[in-house]
Amino acid sequence: MIPMDLIEKTAVTLMNKAAIEIPDDYLTGLKAAAEVEDGDLSSFVLQAMLENYEAAKEDRRAMCGDTGTPRWYVKMGNQTQVEGGPVALEAALRRATAKATNGVPLRPNRVHPLWRTDHDNNVGIGAPEIEYGYEPGGEWIDLITVHKGGLFGTDYRMLFPSDGIEGIKRFYLDSLVAFGKRGLSCQPAIIGIGLGGCKDTCMVLGKRAACLRTVGDRNSDPKIAELEMELKELGNSIGMGAMGFVGKSMVIDAHIEVGYCHTGGMQMSVHAFCLSSRRAVARVFADGRVEYRTDPQWFTDYQRRETVEWEVPQNHEKSA
Amino acid sequence: MGSTAKPREIRLSTTPTQEELAKLKLGDIVYLDGLMYTAREGVYKRALDEKANIPMELPAESAANFHCSPAARINEDGTFEMGAVTATASFRFAKWLPEWLAKSGAKLVIGKGGMSSKDYKAYFVPNGAIYLSTVGYGTGALLGRGVDNVEAIHWNEELGLAQAMWVIRCNRMGPFIVASDHEGNCLFERENERISKNLHKVYEGTRPATLKRFGETDDKSEELI
Ligand code: SF4
Repeated sequence: MIPMDLIEKTAVTLMNKAAIEIPDDYLTGLKAAAEVEDGDLSSFVLQAMLENYEAAKEDRRAMCGDTGTPRWYVKMGNQTQVEGGPVALEAALRRATAKATNGVPLRPNRVHPLWRTDHDNNVGIGAPEIEYGYEPGGEWIDLITVHKGGLFGTDYRMLFPSDGIEGIKRFYLDSLVAFGKRGLSCQPAIIGIGLGGCKDTCMVLGKRAACLRTVGDRNSDPKIAELEMELKELGNSIGMGAMGFVGKSMVIDAHIEVGYCHTGGMQMSVHAFCLSSRRAVARVFADGRVEYRTDPQWFTDYQRRETVEWEVPQNHEKSA
Repeated sequence: MGSTAKPREIRLSTTPTQEELAKLKLGDIVYLDGLMYTAREGVYKRALDEKANIPMELPAESAANFHCSPAARINEDGTFEMGAVTATASFRFAKWLPEWLAKSGAKLVIGKGGMSSKDYKAYFVPNGAIYLSTVGYGTGALLGRGVDNVEAIHWNEELGLAQAMWVIRCNRMGPFIVASDHEGNCLFERENERISKNLHKVYEGTRPATLKRFGETDDKSEELI
């Protein structure tokens, strides 16, 4: 049984870390982009961003004044039990979100869509989002918070099998060019692409591809991995850099996630995880241990399974 | 980092003179000193549509309007805690800006993404105003460092923390990029034009979607704001 006060305390720490500390994989990716960027204004922007991450850590202040829309991904091992059950868990995550909004401080971004009511704590109807996943074996809970920014950079389109890879590339470029102008999507970004599913799952897959995979990580399907590399190159050949200035850094990495879709369609979504690619993760164990990391390790073989049944590989039972 | 020319850096008051403003060139980097206030749709609606009295002496106290909601809180003792500061996209405020510039005398509009040269020529230039863009746009921690003090917050009860009018004292706050000049030229449009020349090559080997959308254009050089 995992104690709820430990979950809440850990969640507050995660909110703090996500807002302030840029994950290492993104930082390394951005430094590599800064190395090769030769547009004068784009270069200036990347350099300023690198200084900004340092300033945030030194001062313990949020890296970006728009602290996005904090959300939670929760994953549990099959044997996990949490004190008070799922309702207590959701209350703890909502409390942690409200506390951290006031503590860090974060910007109270969440308002009612019609009445614009603001509780000044990032909590409201459906906010923060809490999504769940499960893994065979294990007694632990992974708490992942993502503070995705941006009103811009995300789009969906119904494509068809006849659109093919050429159609995928077109919609990908359209999204990058459109939202890249004037830097509305705060590029260079981690681009997540959802392919297939239904409209809602296509969006979910693309968002998770952007937010829950680290820079350098490749899809386990070698052909999809190749397409990821190709799309990254393509994005960086547009001739556009940070803020929509002349340059070549648009994409720090491109990630694709797929889901089985209707036989007639090929849904596609594109998501940009911005210059403030904020995520923080902790695994909490029943014995009170807490391990912090920045890699969500969300997309396991189990999450991408294709079969009816799932045979637990022998070594999985312990390590997962 | 590739070998690139460093942009020019300039320190500017938040109540600048016309001569100082006339010297600014597209792409210059600016750091600000003096009082600055945040105002976005909430403040504009209240001041212009509802005709509420603006709780500051404008532009004498400040001629710098920041399109921003800070990550900030009001402490129990009434003091303020301001962490990071990042601008929000300005093009959404075009509806109120002509009237606001005339009424407030703002000479610097600071935000994300800029406006169009049409906007600049129509009401920035006649009011002697310049647009400064924040950088990144995620340089919230750097900009937060440039805040010496939070002097006041107005209309937070009516508008909430995010839409309230925050008054901040800047000390070498920046960097900002000059995105419009005194003739109404637009930095982003200049860059967009340069990039657009190459786009047809990038699009080679792609195909337009089988199912079209209403109002869809295939002109990649088009500005979208
Ligand atoms: S898109 Fe990201 S970097 Fe840009 S303002 Fe929003 S949170 Fe900040």
